[in-house]
Amino acid sequence: MIQLSHISKIYKNDSVETIALDDISFKVKEGEFMAIMGASGSGKSTLMHIMGALDLPTKGTYILDGEDVGKLEDDELAEIRNRKIGFVFQAFNLLPRTSALKNVAMPMVYAGVSKEERKEKAKKFLEMVGLADKIDHTPNQLSGGQQQRVAIARALVMNPRLILADEPTGNIATTQAEEIMAIFQDLNDNGHTIVMITHEPNIAEHAKRIIHLRDGKIVNDGNHHKQRRVKR
Amino acid sequence: MDISELFFEAIGTLTLNKLRTGLATLGIIIGIGSVIALVSLGQSSQKAVAAQIQSLGSNLLTVIPGAQSAGFVRGAAGGATTLTYEDARALQTSPQVTTVKNVSPEFSRRTQVTTGRKNTNTQILGVTPSYMEVRKVSLASGSFISARDVESMTKVAILGSQVVSDLFGDGVNPVGQSIRINNISFRVIGVAESRGGTGFQNQDDVVFVPLTTAQKQLFGADYVTSISVEAQNESVMTQAQDEIGYLLLARHKLKDPASADFTIFSQNDILGAASAVTGTFTTLLSGIAAISLLVGGIGIMNIMLVTVTERTREIGLRKALGAKKKIIIAQFLIESIILTFAGGVIGMVAGVATSYIISNMINLPFALSPNSVLLAIGVSGAIGVLFGWYPAQKAANLQPIEALRYE
Repeated sequence: MIQLSHISKIYKNDSVETIALDDISFKVKEGEFMAIMGASGSGKSTLMHIMGALDLPTKGTYILDGEDVGKLEDDELAEIRNRKIGFVFQAFNLLPRTSALKNVAMPMVYAGVSKEERKEKAKKFLEMVGLADKIDHTPNQLSGGQQQRVAIARALVMNPRLILADEPTGNIATTQAEEIMAIFQDLNDNGHTIVMITHEPNIAEHAKRIIHLRDGKIVNDGNHHKQRRVKR
Repeated sequence: MDISELFFEAIGTLTLNKLRTGLATLGIIIGIGSVIALVSLGQSSQKAVAAQIQSLGSNLLTVIPGAQSAGFVRGAAGGATTLTYEDARALQTSPQVTTVKNVSPEFSRRTQVTTGRKNTNTQILGVTPSYMEVRKVSLASGSFISARDVESMTKVAILGSQVVSDLFGDGVNPVGQSIRINNISFRVIGVAESRGGTGFQNQDDVVFVPLTTAQKQLFGADYVTSISVEAQNESVMTQAQDEIGYLLLARHKLKDPASADFTIFSQNDILGAASAVTGTFTTLLSGIAAISLLVGGIGIMNIMLVTVTERTREIGLRKALGAKKKIIIAQFLIESIILTFAGGVIGMVAGVATSYIISNMINLPFALSPNSVLLAIGVSGAIGVLFGWYPAQKAANLQPIEALRYE
């Protein structure tokens, strides 16, 4: 479903070239739960941006759901992000002073979904992440874990092919982090494809496959053999 | 996402920071307000001047000595001495002149008038009884100059209300008292009704005396400074103008109308010139006010740029979640249009109120054309687009990753 072939990303700054990604190729199959690990500066954020159609590679091709993302215009990329990718950010990135319901509904606004349908769907997904009683709360009335659950509901609401999570537990207390990971695992069990960036091994352990990046190169790619947490 | 949703979202955003929104709008309020107030005051004074000129009668023609030249203004009364009392009488009596109803020869000059204790510099108007009819003068008290007064050069005077208050004080009836003009004593026999004093000259600052008295006793002249002619009605104005012209040419033994030593003009001619003058002033003042509107627009642009910078993360997020450029542009344009439009509407109300208060204070008829209101509202909306465009573009062109990283 996702195919990266010889992807390189080179930043030029005052004639100094920085190679963020160096000839990376891999595939992600439908239903996979993959973690990308690496120290800061390893290129994992850049890889995430390219996979999220937020940025274009300098070299190489990126095929997402049969479409060559590298050849698209800004507005076409926006549409890809809207319909095919669900983002979960480290900093949640919810709109302040805006209710959980409206935050979840936002991607549907840009997809042209009617107001009634937006409300109904947003409610459904907030119920799914266990926030049925918090739909009118604004982000500053919610805990970090709750905010991230709102963000996950928002990522799911367009029924994307790929869920991209960037350090989803980075800003959350450890106890709540486990709840967030449980949600991701449930999603994966229900067939969602998830790619997650993290530098915490215990978080990465929830994934079925882990890619290690160092200096823009893949140094290790494999299914890890630790037993997955037992399903509830 | 339709416009109404964007609109309500923009309203929500703008009310979050009321002080800033208010201050940003203030520039537009002042700009639109001053433009509206000045245009309205300009129209008011134009209306006042027009009303004053038209109150003299739309079938009034004025003949003044002096050659026709560019515009009628050439040769202020007294500049030339080619018109006589006899000319006026000929206009009244000649069988060739069929469209003229009344003829009023006038001799006008400014001089000092005194009661002994108080004195004032005012306009002395030597007139005949027909002046009252031709120039629509009515009396507050006493009587006007009679034909006998003109024949026998009696020393009687009718005072304008301004002169009464200058010489005798407000509310005093001076009929029967005497005044001195050029050291000659005159008996006051009447007071003219006040006619208002806006426009070029105060029509109440005048003393009427018999024409012959003014010519012979006061100023030693044998000419008149102007002849006012009342035509039968408005539709014969051109014919009347021609008849008067040919008669006077014949009397002055002139063959070529181009060499005429007099000028005939109607109230409409004066009205046109007066409108041109007030129109120029209005345009000039509105131009100055428009500069403040421009400054207000720049203020809006400034605030919108600050807003875009402040909301970089929000814009990045919206783009990451699928917002296309035109939606982001629309979002910020609508915000700036709401700012300027609200400013425009408030400014318009403030401008109209200001103009209303000022025109009441200085006794002008209040006037405001619906066109200028529509224009003001249109302009304020256009300013929103014009000065909101660049910030909106800037927002739409933000790269989502840069924007999301922005702290």
